[in-house]
Amino acid sequence: MHTFTLAELAKKLRAKEFSVTELTRALLARVEASQPRLNAFITVTAESALAQAKAADRALADGKAGPLTGLPLAHKDIFCTSGVKTSCGSKMLDNFVSPYDATVVEKLNAAGMVTLGKTNMDEFAMGSSNETSWYGPVKNPWNPKLVPGGSSGGSAAAVAARVAPIATATDTGGSIRQPASLCGVTGIKPTYGRVSRFGMIAFASSLDQGGLISITAEDAAMVLGAMAGFDTRDSTSVDTPVPNYVAELDKPLTGLKIGLIKEFFDTGLDADVEKCIREALGVYEKLGATLVEVKLPALPLSVPTYYVVAPAECSSNLARFDGVRYGYRCQDPKDLMDLYKRSRGEGFGAEVKRRIMTGTYVLSAGYYDAYYLKAQRVRQLINQDFKRAFGEVDVLMGPTAPDVAFEIGAKSSDPIQMYLNDIYTIGANLAGVPAMSIPCGFVRDLPVGLQICGPHFAEAKLFNVAHAFQKETDWHRRLPADFAKEVLS
Amino acid sequence: MSTSNNGWETVIGLEIHAQLSTNSKIFSGSATAYGAAPNSQANLVDLAYPGVLPVLNGEAVRMAVKFGLAIGAEIAPRSVFARKNYFYPDLPKGYQISQYELPIVAKGRMEIVLDDGSRKTIGITRAHLEEDAGKSLHEGLPRQSGIDLNRAGTPLIEIVSEPDMRSAKEAVAYLKKIHTLVRYLEICDGNMQEGSFRCDANVSVRKFGAEKFGTRAEIKNINSFRFVEKAINYEVERQIDVIEGGGKVVQETRLYDPDKGETRSMRSKEEANDYRYFPDPDLLPVEIDPAYIGEIKATLPELPDEKAARFVLAYDLSQYDATVLTSSKELGAYYDDVVKALAGEKLPSKEQAKLAANWVAGSLAAALNEHNLEITGSRIDAKRLAGLLGRIVDNTISGKIAKDVFEAMWAEDKSCDEIIEARGLRQITDTGAIEKAIDEVMAKNPGQLADYRSGKDKLFGFFVGQVMKATGGKANPAQLNELLKKKLAG
Amino acid sequence: MSLNRDQINSIAHLARLSLTDAEVPVYQDSLSKIVDLVGQLDAAQTAGIEPMAHPLPGLAQRLRPDTVTEKDQHELFQRNAPQVEAALYLVPKVIE
Repeated sequence: MHTFTLAELAKKLRAKEFSVTELTRALLARVEASQPRLNAFITVTAESALAQAKAADRALADGKAGPLTGLPLAHKDIFCTSGVKTSCGSKMLDNFVSPYDATVVEKLNAAGMVTLGKTNMDEFAMGSSNETSWYGPVKNPWNPKLVPGGSSGGSAAAVAARVAPIATATDTGGSIRQPASLCGVTGIKPTYGRVSRFGMIAFASSLDQGGLISITAEDAAMVLGAMAGFDTRDSTSVDTPVPNYVAELDKPLTGLKIGLIKEFFDTGLDADVEKCIREALGVYEKLGATLVEVKLPALPLSVPTYYVVAPAECSSNLARFDGVRYGYRCQDPKDLMDLYKRSRGEGFGAEVKRRIMTGTYVLSAGYYDAYYLKAQRVRQLINQDFKRAFGEVDVLMGPTAPDVAFEIGAKSSDPIQMYLNDIYTIGANLAGVPAMSIPCGFVRDLPVGLQICGPHFAEAKLFNVAHAFQKETDWHRRLPADFAKEVLS
Repeated sequence: MSTSNNGWETVIGLEIHAQLSTNSKIFSGSATAYGAAPNSQANLVDLAYPGVLPVLNGEAVRMAVKFGLAIGAEIAPRSVFARKNYFYPDLPKGYQISQYELPIVAKGRMEIVLDDGSRKTIGITRAHLEEDAGKSLHEGLPRQSGIDLNRAGTPLIEIVSEPDMRSAKEAVAYLKKIHTLVRYLEICDGNMQEGSFRCDANVSVRKFGAEKFGTRAEIKNINSFRFVEKAINYEVERQIDVIEGGGKVVQETRLYDPDKGETRSMRSKEEANDYRYFPDPDLLPVEIDPAYIGEIKATLPELPDEKAARFVLAYDLSQYDATVLTSSKELGAYYDDVVKALAGEKLPSKEQAKLAANWVAGSLAAALNEHNLEITGSRIDAKRLAGLLGRIVDNTISGKIAKDVFEAMWAEDKSCDEIIEARGLRQITDTGAIEKAIDEVMAKNPGQLADYRSGKDKLFGFFVGQVMKATGGKANPAQLNELLKKKLAG
Repeated sequence: MSLNRDQINSIAHLARLSLTDAEVPVYQDSLSKIVDLVGQLDAAQTAGIEPMAHPLPGLAQRLRPDTVTEKDQHELFQRNAPQVEAALYLVPKVIE
């Protein structure tokens, strides 16, 4: 039953082919068995999962079930879960038990979903390879020597290995799409403000957005409908009704105008990956779409813009981790300064410290205008590029990542090389627009992701466009050989 | 102008922090009550738990706008919250949410009256919304401090003046006016002891005629009007001593120590004043439209200066009396009520208004002070006091007797008429009765009478006293004077 | 552009991060590279461009009604605290 999509599971549960409890037990066994190979989970919540499963079985039996009742998922360990350790992949929060649920968790619990556990991630979501986690790297299910991408590497690996049919994730500069691409699964970063950030531990507040990693676009459409929406506890949450994403999935694509982002094909793109992307675009042409090249001239500046804005916000957001009210505190601080410096110096990992220091530097006296304000202006230019492009086309397409998954350790000593992994994904975060990555083929036996990006609040369109492709292809149904069998040895 | 200091001119600007009297905090639904058990009013947002977000309290915005309108300021159509980043245990997020480049209120002013009766306008650069910090407690804990975050997130407006004040007295006058104003507007309880109204003073000195300001020191923690004056005067002396001793004033933060009456350098706040301000990405710009401003304008109460001007114009009060009587909204209202009860529908006569002013600011204020009561807690309400004053005006009792009646009214809840009747205090206005008393006194004191008649005018007072004594103080003083003069002349 | 040791130390101090002697040169190197990377922004023509603080321009801050919605939960919240006494969070003595 591990190979079923969420939509298929929903049908089979209702057809009583198996119970939620049976499904949950099977998946929990897969989670446990996969841990030594993948390290995709930080915490497994078996006990509460079985309790939720039991309640879901009862609801199904009583005819009180909603469309998501009994469907299992995993939460990225960046979402606060009441009574459960919420570590954000950091030693800083290794001892932290959240006293409250994130809005996303609250909503999906209320929808009757079953939480299998909390997935591994780059520390505080800062990383593109999952190597910065305090809990050790996550391995790519397609090849354990390779990274799964990051920062939502645990969620992507879990779905790719079919130990969870769907997982929540977050995306600040590509942290949903890039691992989805590298693991051969579907990922959606919704419009900024579409999903509440309340209870989602902040990295860079103006860029962070919660989303999903799933097997299919249809699955993501089902869950996003319950996960998105206005939240009075998040001032940046937008009060716009959530459309029925599932209802729009099967619209024909005739007349769809697809813009190919010229700048994405110009630099740094692996030739085989490009070929794979071009073939996928051919599928869309067959479906009745037209392709046009569009220019987003400011887009190549998205990496430097991001590496001012994100560290600046992170340096401030992470100031609350000071060893006073929760989290790691150093041993025997000799005074207040020592308490601060050692708690933070010992509690944060190298990449987090690097970004905090970068952000501290760019905001400090004398540099603010040259870096922060300048970056905000360039961000505006990038935003205008997207706006202009969406005046001409319905969606933008291009690669999600410049290459397939790389080896663990290959880029960890060179932050710039690591940062360039997000070269194609960062723009959407800066402009706040929704973007997806869907599996579109394989290069050197590793999955490649096609990125689809739309204007603000065009999630329904993205799902529609992705679903049409997934009806034509089966890349998204491929599964790594090691995880093909239902019972993992 | 202060010219006392050997040619040195003092320059003062004040930063006033007024806690807004909202029910809940500026960015969370926690209560703001003073004196609650430690950390019992600090929720996840106030504690800066991971993942939490701020949501702005609309009432705090309304109060800030109200204040802005009352000081004739510009209300920003768009203002922005910014983060002020620094580490301190009472600052849970590691940053304070404040306003930096685009404050909600800018370019206001406040007029103060100086000792010589002249007026001076103090510019108010800006007033911005921000959150208060928690408290560090040091007592009873060896080597450690305890952090109470109940106060963290309490809404504040920080009111920043121009460096327009030239003496500690001016600073106090300005501070008092702001204090009165925020209470009039009912946006701050003004309680300095509890810290809901606090002030930092930026103080510098320069030679008269110098164009440039001297280097300033910021004095923190001045929590009473008296301390403001003392702290500034101490600091001015200190700076002059430093400069005259060949030294240089350093720009620094200093703490006022009320026990020692001095300011001292706060080294802990000195290092690294690099606050790295940037717009808070968790909050959106606050937009205020003219309709909203109009709505608030319509609800503004009569402001202290307006009320004082009305008292001067309509009641013919002196500026001094008007200022005293408008020092709080409640006092002003009480006075208004006394005058109205006294004069009925008509405008009061100048005498009535003055009489009421003297009594409200005099005997009543003294009684309230003695019993440590606010005007709202007065045991004699405006109507009863007006009743008493009415009996003075209609000559039923003299002003002197009225003091006794007032005391009786304070002690027991009876009307002044009841007391006058019960105690037989009604003034004697019957000429015959007064003449009879005069005759008796003259008969009893032939020696004094002879002396008076031989030119010792001063003895007139003696005879007044004797007649008053004989009538139990009830003789109408004016009548008594007139009749006595006649009789003594023989 | 390269940052020197003192700059790294002062940034780390401002950010309240203790660094080991071995970490300083590592950050010196990587921060210098990052500063070079973000230096690419210099070339962008941004005269007259409004800085973008937020990806949803045009939206204004929502205002919350002034009601108390929270009750005392300090015991629950302090379960995560490293050191608490009499409901106060303890830190080494704060000197003013």
